[in-house]
Amino acid sequence: MSDSKHLQDLVTQVRRDILRQVHKVNSGHPGGSLGCAEFFVALYQKLMDRNDSFSMDGKGEDLFFLSNGHISPVFYSVLARSGYFPVEELNTFRLLDSRLQGHPTTHEGLPGIRVASGSLGQGISVAIGAAQTKKLNNDSHLIYTLCGDGELQEGQNWEAIMYAAGNGIDNLIVTIDLNGQQIDGSTENVLPLGNVKGKFEAFGWDVLEIKKGNDLDAVIEGMQEAKERTGKNKPVCVLLHTVMGHGVDFMMHTHAWHGKAPNDEQLETGLAQNPETMGDY
Amino acid sequence: MKKYTDSGKKDTRSGFGAGLTALGKSNENVVALCADLTGSLKMDEFKENHPDRFFQVGIAEANMIGMAAGMTIGGKIPFTGTFANFSTGRVYDQIRQSVAYSGKNVKICASHAGVTLGEDGATHQILEDIGLMKMLPGMTVINTCDYNQTKAATLAIAEHDGPVYLRFGRPKVANFTPEDQTFEIGKAVQLQEGNDVTLVATGHLVWEALQAAETLNEQGISAAVINIHTIKPLDSEAILKSVRKTGCIVTAEEHNFLGGLGESVARELAESTPTPQEFVATKDTFGESGTPEQLMEKYGLNADAIVKAALKVIARK
Repeated sequence: MSDSKHLQDLVTQVRRDILRQVHKVNSGHPGGSLGCAEFFVALYQKLMDRNDSFSMDGKGEDLFFLSNGHISPVFYSVLARSGYFPVEELNTFRLLDSRLQGHPTTHEGLPGIRVASGSLGQGISVAIGAAQTKKLNNDSHLIYTLCGDGELQEGQNWEAIMYAAGNGIDNLIVTIDLNGQQIDGSTENVLPLGNVKGKFEAFGWDVLEIKKGNDLDAVIEGMQEAKERTGKNKPVCVLLHTVMGHGVDFMMHTHAWHGKAPNDEQLETGLAQNPETMGDY
Repeated sequence: MKKYTDSGKKDTRSGFGAGLTALGKSNENVVALCADLTGSLKMDEFKENHPDRFFQVGIAEANMIGMAAGMTIGGKIPFTGTFANFSTGRVYDQIRQSVAYSGKNVKICASHAGVTLGEDGATHQILEDIGLMKMLPGMTVINTCDYNQTKAATLAIAEHDGPVYLRFGRPKVANFTPEDQTFEIGKAVQLQEGNDVTLVATGHLVWEALQAAETLNEQGISAAVINIHTIKPLDSEAILKSVRKTGCIVTAEEHNFLGGLGESVARELAESTPTPQEFVATKDTFGESGTPEQLMEKYGLNADAIVKAALKVIARK
C-alpha cells in the first residue's frame, strides 16, 4: 500500500471514529472534528517529529497543543491511532471515569495531552510558553497549535499574537481552522473576523494559506512549507481553509453540526460515506 | 510572653525580589515573567542577572499566565509577577484551566494585595484574591507576614511541585521573623502561647496580632498568637490544639471576610470543635484611596481592632 493511500485510509477511519464517538454518548462536536481530519493525520503521521513514548516534558520532539478543545473527537482518534493509547479506549469518550473527557485534559493522565483546553483562546499563549522553553533548552524542535477561527474573537489570542511577533518566536506554527462557522451561525453573522491574513501580517507574522484544507496532499505540502518558514525570526501562521463537517454530506457547509450528535439513521448514512478502512475500535 | 523585635520596616515585595534574586543564582530552571511592573515587583535584579530567563510580556496578564503554563513543559519553573488584582481576578479562567486543572508548576506571585497599596484606590486593591485562589483544587495559597518570611517562602515554593499563589504587599511593615528561617509550606508558626483567646493571623496582620497580644496581656488576658502563612493547605491541627485550650478565636487578615482565612478556620472548627469566632477582615466592601495606616484604621485591620475582637469573643465563651 502506498503511503498516500494509507494516510487517506486513516483520514476516512478517523471520520468513522469521530461519528461513532459522538453518536454513542449523544454529545460532542463532530463538525469541526470532521473538518480537521486531514490536518491531524498530516500532523501526526507526516509532519511532527515525535518520540516513541509520551512524556509531559516532551524534550527532543515536536509538540502540539489543541486550543479549540471541543474538537476532541478528532484529536483522540488520531492520538489513539498514532499509538498514544489503545484505540478501544475511544469507546469511553465522555463517559464517567474516562480519560477521554469531553474536552481534553491532563487531569486524568491521557498520554498525548499536555494542557487542558476547552475554554477558548488559551492555546497560543501556552504554545508560546512551550516554544520559549524549547529555546531555553536549546531544543530545535517545533511547537504546533491549532485554533478555531471563531476562537479568534477571544482577546487573549491577540495578546499572544502580539507577544510572539514582538519576541521573534520562530519555532512556532499556529494553524487557524478557517471554516467560517461557530455555534450561533457563520462567523460572518456572529462577529466578522475581517481580514485574518492581514491582521496576522500586520502583527508581524509570516502567513501562508492552505486553500484546500480537506485535501490531504495539499495539507501536507502546505504544512511542510510552513516548517520551512520557521527559524526566520517570525512566528508562522497557517490559514487552513476547511469545510465544517467535511466527509458527511448532510453535515457540510453549516454550523448545525458544530455540537450535535447524529441519530442512529444519520450515523449509518455518515458511516456509509466513510467505509471502514483500518478496523473500527 | 516571647518578645518580638522589628528589625526595621521593610516591604514584603522586596522580600520576594530578594528571594527571586537568590533563586536566579541557585536554580537555573527558575524563569520569571512580568506584565510591565518589574520595578513594583522588585524583579529588576533577576532581570539584570538573567536577561535570558526574564520575560517581559507587556500589559497582557492572560497571555502571561498561559505562557507560564506552557513554559513548565520542558522543566522550567515560572514565577509570574504583577499586582494581586491582575494576578487573580483578571486571569481567573487562565489560571483555572491552563494552570490549576492542568496541574502546572507555576508560581503566581502577587504584590500590592489588599487595601494597603494605598492611594491608587479600589480598582487596584483586591480583597477577594485569597478566596478565588483557595477555591481552585490543587492550588497552594500563601500570604507571608514580613520581608524575611516572604524571601524564605519565595525560595521554598520553587522546591514545591505544583501551582502556588504567593501573596504579599507594597507598604513597609515590621520585619520580625528570623532572617535565616526555613519556610515550611502548610506549617503554622506558634508565636505566643496563651490560655484565654487564640489570635490567628495572616500577612502583615500577624505583627498587629502580636501587638494586640501585648495589650491584652497588660489587661491580664493571655492570648495565643499563630502565624498562618499558608492558608491552603491549612494547618488545622495547630489551630485546633490552641482553641481546645482557649475556647475562642479571632482570625485576622487583610481580605474580605467572605472567602478568606477566617472562613477556612470557621469550617475547620465547625466540623470538629465549634468555637466562638470573631473576624478581623473587611466586611464585604471595596477599598478606597488613603494611606495604608488610615485604611487599616478605617477598615478595622490593626492591633486595636484585634484587641476589640478578642474582648468580644472572650465574652461570648
